[in-house]
Amino acid sequence: MRLTGSILLVALLSGLSANAAVPTAVAPGEDVLVERATSGTHGGRLVVALRAEPKTLNPAAAADAPSREVIGRMTGDLIHIDRATQSTEVALASQWKRSADGREYTLALRKGIRFSDGHPFDADDVVFTFRVLLDERTGAPQRELLIVGGQPIRVSKVDEYTVKVTLSQPYAAAERIFDSIAILPQHLLNEAYQKGAMGQIWSVATPAKSIAGLGPYRLKEYVAGQRLVLERNPYYWKTDSAKRRLPYIDELVFLFTGNEDAQVIRFQSGDSDVLSRASADNFAVLARDQAAKRYQLKDLGPSLEYNFLFFNQNDLSGKNLPQVSAKQQWFNDLGFRRAVSRAIDREGIARLVYRGRAVPLWGNVSPGNRLWINTSLPRTPRSVNDARTILKTSGFSWRPDGQLLDRQGKPVTFTIVTSSTSAQRTEMATLIQADLKELGMDVQVVPLEFRALVDRVFQSFDYDASILGLGGGDADPNGEMNVWLSSGSNHLWRLGQQKPATPWEAEVDRLMKQQLVTLDYRERKQLFDRVQTIVAEQLPFIFLAAPHILVGARADLANFQPAVLDHYTLWNVERMFLRPELRSARK
Amino acid sequence: MRREGLIAGGLAGLHLLVLLAGFAAPYDPVEQTRTLPFAPPSRLHLIDADGAFHLRPFVYALAPDPDNFDSYIEDTAQRFPVQMMVAGSTYSLLPGVESRLHLFGVDAPARISLLGTDGFGRDVLSRLLHGGRISIGAGLLATLFALLVGIGFGTIAGFFGGRVDTAVMRLADLFMAVPWLYLLFAVRAALPLHLDTRATFLLLVAVLGIVGWARPARLIRGIVLSTRERTYVTAARGLGAQAPYLLRRHILPQTLGVVLTQAGLLVPQYILAEVTLSFLGLGVGEPTPSWGAMLGSLQQYSVLTSYWWMFTPAIALVVVALSYSALTSMVHERMRLAAS
Repeated sequence: MRLTGSILLVALLSGLSANAAVPTAVAPGEDVLVERATSGTHGGRLVVALRAEPKTLNPAAAADAPSREVIGRMTGDLIHIDRATQSTEVALASQWKRSADGREYTLALRKGIRFSDGHPFDADDVVFTFRVLLDERTGAPQRELLIVGGQPIRVSKVDEYTVKVTLSQPYAAAERIFDSIAILPQHLLNEAYQKGAMGQIWSVATPAKSIAGLGPYRLKEYVAGQRLVLERNPYYWKTDSAKRRLPYIDELVFLFTGNEDAQVIRFQSGDSDVLSRASADNFAVLARDQAAKRYQLKDLGPSLEYNFLFFNQNDLSGKNLPQVSAKQQWFNDLGFRRAVSRAIDREGIARLVYRGRAVPLWGNVSPGNRLWINTSLPRTPRSVNDARTILKTSGFSWRPDGQLLDRQGKPVTFTIVTSSTSAQRTEMATLIQADLKELGMDVQVVPLEFRALVDRVFQSFDYDASILGLGGGDADPNGEMNVWLSSGSNHLWRLGQQKPATPWEAEVDRLMKQQLVTLDYRERKQLFDRVQTIVAEQLPFIFLAAPHILVGARADLANFQPAVLDHYTLWNVERMFLRPELRSARK
Repeated sequence: MRREGLIAGGLAGLHLLVLLAGFAAPYDPVEQTRTLPFAPPSRLHLIDADGAFHLRPFVYALAPDPDNFDSYIEDTAQRFPVQMMVAGSTYSLLPGVESRLHLFGVDAPARISLLGTDGFGRDVLSRLLHGGRISIGAGLLATLFALLVGIGFGTIAGFFGGRVDTAVMRLADLFMAVPWLYLLFAVRAALPLHLDTRATFLLLVAVLGIVGWARPARLIRGIVLSTRERTYVTAARGLGAQAPYLLRRHILPQTLGVVLTQAGLLVPQYILAEVTLSFLGLGVGEPTPSWGAMLGSLQQYSVLTSYWWMFTPAIALVVVALSYSALTSMVHERMRLAAS
């Protein structure tokens, strides 16, 4: 019986590879991008375990990480941010020019290249894409990015292979906004768009032939609850140095697991080949039998993610939350927040929660963001005595049993809500609880289901303090606009401000808006440095730590160059290949 | 008889140990030693690094291995003999009585963690003993509560019969049909976020007790119902005995066997229920230990596969549950012998 089974499996596997699309020959006049210094062998399949099932394959609707991960492999963008260098590079646009006033960009498109269904690509597709994304009926999450200075950008066709992009004001790093904006095929989607049905297109269950993109892979098969299989795009517009069309690997299989632990177990057992973002403790488990199991593990250093503790400073006048608003006189007190910050053992967090694979933070920019970090921010070490002095100056006192009392003699006690799915943040809260106990504060830690937590933080404002993390996107400060602008949607500590509530928030608003229209890097850096300094002084967020990016892949995977920016592992999947001499070594 | 004595004695000793957790545990259960996360159980030595024998067991201080997060090196330069009756952290032995005396300990900077430490460097043995207070305490109190309510309702239903009986028993059916886990989720969601340890503990006990009274009530009703019709009860009634006298003198003594057996069954069941609830995060919050909360950390793959000493609350749980069921069958056997 066992023998039959394995014969069947072999037949099945060989059947699969026989069906794989063969790359087409490069046509004369086709303006392909030649990846220099890239040379590999075609064939094989790569299995990736995702934490959750992608919700959609519609680039104009995807907001969840698994969907974006898959869509990113199936689509192409005009100008791309190279994940390794963090700077922009040509993609579907073979070159671009900025006008002298910084308000106009002219993009030359690649000639003669095709979508994954063989249909030619030209300027009409680009114009169509931006019309769709900017249309409010589409409800695309990218729309917010494409609005500069309150005006949507304008994209117009100059000729078949040239488009012009006009901005209402100069915009720093404007070319970066094109990254990951998937160009859509007009020939497949125009009808749906005219009917106003863009929200419903391209679900995971859509037949493969109705979906096309400009990415290295195209949809082959979707099995609900189990896997999604992509196959090589035979018309992909990149070649290696020998003018052979990329990608090298025939098939990309995404398995759906339930959570991070399941993802790690699948990787450890050899069921999956690539692991994106393991936690430090799972990384340690994998490192133990790295040699025996034949995989490569990489610690890429600090990510751009910053974790922080913050207090509820929202305007609660319209809400019926007397218990929270009674505590806000502490939360709004800078002395209170400074004392809390001084009492927190950030080194302890980095060591115990992240097993040393994290850096303690005193500002919102992680050392992983080399271009933008303000290195002159003070890294004040933990001092309970200093914290007590600050509290005393702010009018706090202590009961004989050590409990901290405020000016009115009320004991200082509050709750930190965390997400129960993030063991790390709950552990941070437990450490902070013990740290603040030394100041006489009575802190409760309440892990909540993530949705309940989001509801409290964004909607009901019924919480005292919370620990969250931000910053998975681009390294550029523009990605932080919605956090630091007082009207921003992620201005978590005080949401929904009509005008800045404090002078320092007004100052941050001014600096952030100014850096947005400043084109010179040095000047922008000075402005953003100032923002970092103000935030570190005012402590709306009490920054804790930036975890390292920890990833892994099977040992025979070549060109595996994970990066600290989003799509950490698969960003260069078209250049990856399996070393044949090592291929038999695994399993 | 020797086996019975052993079980009863063992169980009593275990309860005493947990009751005197502050004294028996070497450290404060919430004290974090951040240099010693996931330290393995301390090794007790009799022979030192030079090969010399010492009558009094000793430990060495642990130094974290700088290259490895959870591995440690014993510093053999200095021995730290295990001492009995040492002064350490302050705890309250009984409400209002504070003490600093601990059963055993070693001099600082060494630490003795016979069952290792958890991810925050907290002593697992100390947490196990203190956690037993919550877990076993909740089990015992909830059982007491459920039995008292059960006896009350069961006696009323059985003794008065008729409509009262029907009403009480339908109520019992209703309570048995309640999906208690969801009930507790709902109750917890409706309460404010900030509940202190004592309030959470009492809430746990109340919910477990309220949900659990129905089964003993049914059994007791049955006994009361049949005893009520016995000839000696009818005779007593004929001689003018009132209900309170009949219940006290003739009927309730008959339920003793059922009550004791039920108690023996319910205690381990409720301890397990507390563990389940704390494991799911519905019990007392950090940093207060309970067996379920301690086992909760095993939900992480790395803890599950790397640190065997984190399973010790599960072992304690099995021992307690088995002892209780042995005790129950022992009581049952005795009752049967006495009756025959």
